[in-house]
Amino acid sequence: MTATTRSAKPAGRTFGQWLKSRDGQKVLVMIAFMIIPLALLFTFTYLPFAEMFGFSFYDMKYIGTRKFVGMKNYIKVFQRDDCFGALKLSLYYMAGSVVQLVLALYLATILSFKVKGGSIFKGFMFFPFLVNGIAIGFIFKFFYTRGFVFDTVLQWCGFQLDNLPYWLRDKRINNISLVATSVWRYFGQNMVLFIGAIMSVDSELYEAAMLDGANKFQQFKYIIMPSIKTIITLNVILSITGSLSAFEPPYVITDGANGTGTYFVVMNEIAHTQQKVGLASAMAIVLLLIIFAATILQKLFFKYVFKNAEDEDLNAAAKRDKKLAKLAARKAGR
Amino acid sequence: MTAVQKISKYVLVFLKYLSLVFFSIVAVLPLVSVLITAFKTDTEYQQTNVMTLPESWLNFSNFTQAFVKANMGRAFVNSTIILICTLAASVLIGTQLAYVLNRFKFPGNSLIRNLFLFASLLPGVAMQVSVYEIMWKLHFINTLPGYIVLMCGTDVISIYIYIQFFENIDFSLDESAIMDGASYFTIFYKILLPLLKPAIVTSCILKGVGTYNEYYMAHLYLQDQKRLGTVATSLYTFVGPLGSKYNLICAGVIISLLPALIVFITCQKQIYSGLTAGSVKG
Repeated sequence: MTATTRSAKPAGRTFGQWLKSRDGQKVLVMIAFMIIPLALLFTFTYLPFAEMFGFSFYDMKYIGTRKFVGMKNYIKVFQRDDCFGALKLSLYYMAGSVVQLVLALYLATILSFKVKGGSIFKGFMFFPFLVNGIAIGFIFKFFYTRGFVFDTVLQWCGFQLDNLPYWLRDKRINNISLVATSVWRYFGQNMVLFIGAIMSVDSELYEAAMLDGANKFQQFKYIIMPSIKTIITLNVILSITGSLSAFEPPYVITDGANGTGTYFVVMNEIAHTQQKVGLASAMAIVLLLIIFAATILQKLFFKYVFKNAEDEDLNAAAKRDKKLAKLAARKAGR
Repeated sequence: MTAVQKISKYVLVFLKYLSLVFFSIVAVLPLVSVLITAFKTDTEYQQTNVMTLPESWLNFSNFTQAFVKANMGRAFVNSTIILICTLAASVLIGTQLAYVLNRFKFPGNSLIRNLFLFASLLPGVAMQVSVYEIMWKLHFINTLPGYIVLMCGTDVISIYIYIQFFENIDFSLDESAIMDGASYFTIFYKILLPLLKPAIVTSCILKGVGTYNEYYMAHLYLQDQKRLGTVATSLYTFVGPLGSKYNLICAGVIISLLPALIVFITCQKQIYSGLTAGSVKG
């Protein structure tokens, strides 16, 4: 098929004839197939995005009069303690996502090799990902209630109930409790992603490494890590932006009470309960800008790091090629 | 192998299984505790520890009560309607878009791809601040069709799954059909769409689980819960006065989990591969 698509109507043909020609058909099918998805994308993503930007300069509710207030909403976002201050909680979620990634990587590495009952373990650890948000809310309200599931299990392990904190009320611990639920929900899903990436590594590499007497740790460092670099990078970027926009655990479990209200929980409350749409829009815009900045910075950072690593890796890659060659020679010599 | 090597090997194997067992227990413990509680009678729930097993595993009264109280019959009907319509529409829209983006070169092709990709970066909760206003203007709030249209909207992951799949379908197939005089519509519907079946199954499962579990938007746009509740939002019934009757709540939670569990057990492989396929490019 040729690349010329925007073929202008050639002279001497009527529009009807052009429509019946290949080029006309092509344009027709393109319009027919793209108009709905693009209309949906425009209506529910880019139009609201533009509107939100506009709203952020007004003092308004969803219905009723609107008053232009200039930058006042933005100033409020930075001044009000419950708005910008709520971003501090993201640090908990960032720490949680680091734990989650490391755990997922560890379990994925184990499960990528031969393990008895591997698919059952995998299934158990993955299933929390499929539980709906409201159910999660109830499950963990129940789980953390004083004297209920978590406390009982800890008592089995020898802890005294009197020494245990109130997991969702105690301000020193409640954010950690919430982050733990998020780790619980997503570590299995991350693990499955990593297993997929590890499985795509050429198995000859492992054979070669084993023949050369590389131990499990060396295999991990020199074979698995380089090949799943991309997906790890992607997950780190996603988890940092995800931490900034953390919403679900506090929304469904504590409703933001006792100092667990993350930025988005506060924004949701301001938008839909207090109906201060202008302020909520300004909050959303501010966070979106922060997320974009964070994403770009991270991309640049990883580019820089991996560029250095790649230079080093040239040696490693050369070694790997040698190993493969050795293996091939051995096989041939047999 | 020396004795030391042997011992260290056994220790490693032991540690390996220990960590697998430990984290599997961590993953299922909250769910098991909910299951146990769902079978307890009111007195049992009040008098025994939450982790004590129920007297009878056949006490289904909590389940029937939860089902009736939360109006779950209606909720299952609504969720099914939403699922079928959303999946059918988004399969059609998604495959068609992927077809055009993969098979035709035209100015703006990569721009459109990037527009979809960028859209996926915007956090959904933040967008709802103004999407709500648009839904209001369109009179889409508290209507099933309106909610379904919204749910069909931005779905980058399945578009990427389709595009990837199209990349692996040989172009000569299209060309020979063109030689035979087939129109682009025929090529798409008669030749390519049937070949896409595995990708469609994968993305339907992923999108299906997401749609079934969606509660935030459902709660926002389907406020009339008696009439328009979905399975996920029907659980909101238990917020408030019923909030401490955990044996009832747990039964409701278990009911809401059953469809996801059945899909998971029957389609494990597709779910895993779908997640992996969606993540590589997304």
